[in-house]
Amino acid sequence: MAATLKDATAIVGIGQTAFAKQLPQSEKELACRAILAALADAGIEPSEVDAFASYTMEETDEVEVAKAIGAGDVTFFSKIGYGGGGSCATVGHLASAVATGQATVGVAWRSRKRGSGPRPWKNTAVQLPTPGQWTRPFGLLRPADEIGMLARRYMHEYGATRDHLFNVAMACRNRANENPAAMMYERPLTREMYMTSRMISDPLCLFDNCLETDGALACVIVSAERARDCRHKPVYVHSVAQGLPSQHHGMVNYWNDDPLSGPAWTAARHLWKQADFGPQDVDVAQIYDAFTPLIPLSLEGYGFCGRGEGAAFTEGGALERGGRLPINTGGGGLSEAYVHGFNLINEGVKQLRGISTAQVPDAATCLVTAGEGVPTSAILLRS
Amino acid sequence: MTTTPAAADELLLPVPDEDGAPFWEYAARGELRVQACAACGRLRFPPRPCCPHCRSFDSEWRRMSGRGRIWSYVRPHPPLLPAYAAQAPYNVILVELADAPHIRLAGNLVTSADAPLDSVDPARLRIGARVHVVFTETGGMTVPRWMLEKS
Ligand SMILES: [Zn+2]
Repeated sequence: MAATLKDATAIVGIGQTAFAKQLPQSEKELACRAILAALADAGIEPSEVDAFASYTMEETDEVEVAKAIGAGDVTFFSKIGYGGGGSCATVGHLASAVATGQATVGVAWRSRKRGSGPRPWKNTAVQLPTPGQWTRPFGLLRPADEIGMLARRYMHEYGATRDHLFNVAMACRNRANENPAAMMYERPLTREMYMTSRMISDPLCLFDNCLETDGALACVIVSAERARDCRHKPVYVHSVAQGLPSQHHGMVNYWNDDPLSGPAWTAARHLWKQADFGPQDVDVAQIYDAFTPLIPLSLEGYGFCGRGEGAAFTEGGALERGGRLPINTGGGGLSEAYVHGFNLINEGVKQLRGISTAQVPDAATCLVTAGEGVPTSAILLRS
Repeated sequence: MTTTPAAADELLLPVPDEDGAPFWEYAARGELRVQACAACGRLRFPPRPCCPHCRSFDSEWRRMSGRGRIWSYVRPHPPLLPAYAAQAPYNVILVELADAPHIRLAGNLVTSADAPLDSVDPARLRIGARVHVVFTETGGMTVPRWMLEKS
């Protein structure tokens, strides 16, 4: 008999710290605070935790976390690579572990001090890892430069414009304006601000880039059976997928036959194959938005529209609350906090509990995605 | 992960790995060469130990015409490493090779081999524009750069 993860586990607790450009606490302390908040939210004792999952880029190891929070014996731990591409896979790995009896209470987290911490491109002594020799000497230095290259080609091929990218930035900002925890709460954006802002990597301007944030988030995963006894309505992990396309090459997927169909396409095929519903049944989506062009690319990859139609999809308020597909209802990486996409997971849980600050009425299904452009992951949540 | 000492006023030098080293050795001779499978003949980039099509570990380096077209480009603005900030906004282009369009090399469009990274008028940057390779030496390494074909 084939095992299935479908609805076998649920997220039963979420926690987060404040989000700010600068927080006084260490990454380790922020991690512990977020994890303890998530366990308290679930009503589960820290001593019951026996599984951890995080990112390879996470500085605080599970050894440190387990010791600090007073976890019991841990029987599963996992770290996922590729920065923001790993966010949803943390939940996926824990769901697999819990569903197959390797553990009973799993905690996934991300703690990051990017607001006050160093930026790699400010460090003159260090060349970033491969494919550095093919890109860095020519001044393709930052993720914004690498994604800007794809964005320009996308705009050229499909007639996408800066107004389409603005639609994305605006939708995220509007939701952040409704979310008191967001870094951009009460900081409205206008089209004029967007169009006149400084360029970071032309065609991408300041507002096409995610925020630099200090903060941490965590969530708790248990079996569906156990979830029924927890404090809050369970949010079931319906389908999970990771995606590393054939011949893919990191963030600079330029050597693939088709650089504009990235890891999202690969993850999506598996995600939908395992699901009882399709893109047309998704009530709300949290789509990884380190940069605005990732949204049209992901809308295409996850099947919300056809190839080349992602930019047009953003028109007419489609991404706004009340639109065809409300996205990033906490404000996303562009306007709530950029914590490698973990806030998108917790926001998905809030929507399905009915407690989002930009609640989609009766939301029962939510897609959450991880970084597009890098090997990625995605989860489908349902209430 | 490779580290390289780089003074604040210098551009980053390529740090070749074992697979990529021949590319830079040929570049030092003024030749643009791409790794090819010695068994099935297919080109591959970036270089790697074996052929993804026939799994042969035998490879050769095939000389390219050095001509191509701009597939896309960006113009980075600060914050950037100091040496790049000093020339910003500059261009980074992605060139698809005329001989093998699926092979795309990152580079800079310049008015002459040794010209600064911002030497070309941004108004002349255009997807599809024809370019050809030139080589320049910097810090003991030879790197390819690109010039617009006269039209
Ligand atoms: Zn071969």
